[in-house]
Amino acid sequence: MHNMTLAQLAAALQEGRFSSEELTRALLARARELDAGLNSVVSFAEEQALAQARHADARRAAGESGPLLGIPLMHKDIFCTDGLRTSCGSKMLDNFIAPYDATVVARLAAAGMPMLAKTNMDEFAMGSSNETSFYGPVKNPWDPDTVPGGSSGGSAAAVAARLAPVATGTDTGGSIRQPASLCGVTGLKPTYGRVSRWGMIAFASSLDQAGPITRTAEDAALLLGAMAGFDERDSTSLDEPVPDYAATLNEDIRGLKIGLPKEYFGAGLDAEVGARVQAAIEEFTRLGAEVVEISLPNTHLAVPVYYVVAPAECSSNLSRFDGVRFGYRCEDPQDLEDLYKRSRGEGFGAEVKRRIMIGTYALSAGYYDAYYLKAQQIRRLIRDDFLRAFEDVDVIMGPTSPSVAFRLGEKTADPVSMYLSDIYTIAVNLAGLPGMSVPCGFAEDLPVGLHIVGNYFDEARLLNVAHQYQQVTDWHQQTPAGFE
Amino acid sequence: MSLEKKDVERIAHLARLAVDEADIPDYARDLGNILDLVAQMDAVDTTGVAPMAHPMEVSQRLRPDEVTETDQRERFQAIAPKVENGLYLVPQVIE
Repeated sequence: MHNMTLAQLAAALQEGRFSSEELTRALLARARELDAGLNSVVSFAEEQALAQARHADARRAAGESGPLLGIPLMHKDIFCTDGLRTSCGSKMLDNFIAPYDATVVARLAAAGMPMLAKTNMDEFAMGSSNETSFYGPVKNPWDPDTVPGGSSGGSAAAVAARLAPVATGTDTGGSIRQPASLCGVTGLKPTYGRVSRWGMIAFASSLDQAGPITRTAEDAALLLGAMAGFDERDSTSLDEPVPDYAATLNEDIRGLKIGLPKEYFGAGLDAEVGARVQAAIEEFTRLGAEVVEISLPNTHLAVPVYYVVAPAECSSNLSRFDGVRFGYRCEDPQDLEDLYKRSRGEGFGAEVKRRIMIGTYALSAGYYDAYYLKAQQIRRLIRDDFLRAFEDVDVIMGPTSPSVAFRLGEKTADPVSMYLSDIYTIAVNLAGLPGMSVPCGFAEDLPVGLHIVGNYFDEARLLNVAHQYQQVTDWHQQTPAGFE
Repeated sequence: MSLEKKDVERIAHLARLAVDEADIPDYARDLGNILDLVAQMDAVDTTGVAPMAHPMEVSQRLRPDEVTETDQRERFQAIAPKVENGLYLVPQVIE
């Protein structure tokens, strides 16, 4: 069962080949056994998952059906789950049991999806390798000496290892797409405002977006359809209709205009990764797509702008963790300031502290114009580059990550080198556009991801394009050794 | 950009973060490197460019001023580090 996609499992459940309870039990046993070497899971939810599975079976017996009914999943541990610890990968929230469900969690539960577990992640989603987690790094199923990417590394590794058919992730600067690329799975970051952020612990509120991590574009279409949609409890949720993403997967892509930004194929890109991406683009030309060279001239500014905007917003968002109402509190505080400082100093890890300090500095008196305001101005230039490009092309393609999975510990000593691993994904968050990573080959025996970026609310087209590619390639079907 | 020990201490204080004395040189180096990365912005002429607060230029929605939340004090306080008689306890603030 674990090798079946969500779409295949849905058909099997509908045919009565097995029940959701049998499926859930099997996946829980598999995950318990195989996760020991991966560390992709922070908390299992066995009893609750089995109860949800039995409920899904009862709904089906009563005549209900649906593509997600009875299909188990894992949630990134950034989504609040009522009654089950939500740690966000941090000591600060190691004891935090949310009193409510995130909208994403509630919607997928209502669709009948049992939650198997909460997945490991970089602390507060700040990281590109999963090494900043309080619970230790996740191992990449393709090579346990390499990182799975981050911050949704646990979700990507769990889907790659067939511990769950699908999982949720969040993406502030590449945190769905980069781990999807490094683990050889499919990941989609929707348009900013497409999926509710309510109950999703905030990192950088003008960038954060939730999305699916799956093995196929078809599964991503099915999962996104249930995640997306207006939510009055998220003030940045956009009230746009949700299309039937699965309905357009089979549309012909002849005549599709693909933009290739020359800036995405220059210095810094691993030659083998570049070759795999070029080969994928040739596959698209065989499918009838047309390739156009374009320029996104402000690309090199995306990482600098991001490392002002994201830390500034994080320093503000994370000020709520003060040791008073929930989360970690230091022992024996001497006074209120000591309580704040030591609870935060002991509760947060080094990378989170670095970002809080950068953000605090950028927002401090006298520096606001030089940093935050300047960054928001350049952010507009970066966004306008994309808008101009989309006047001529339907999608933009390039590599998701400049390299394949790097080794554990390789970049931890130098934060800036870690930041540059998100060089192609960050601009998409700054612009608020949807982006996707799709497996497109291997370099040094590790997966390579193709990055596909679309115009606002054009998720259906991204999924259509990715699905058509997956009809003529089998990179997305490759399974890491030991997880067949 | 090089940061002095006192710069790191000032920023950590503003952020209400206790930082180990021994870690300050590492923070100074790393924060300095990040600010060097960020300094690439300085070369860009942004005269007349409006700062972008939202990619689709959307502003905050308003809603009717009605009570939508119910009282869940006991649930919320069940996860607090220290409460008494419905109040959150912190060290004494005023003598």
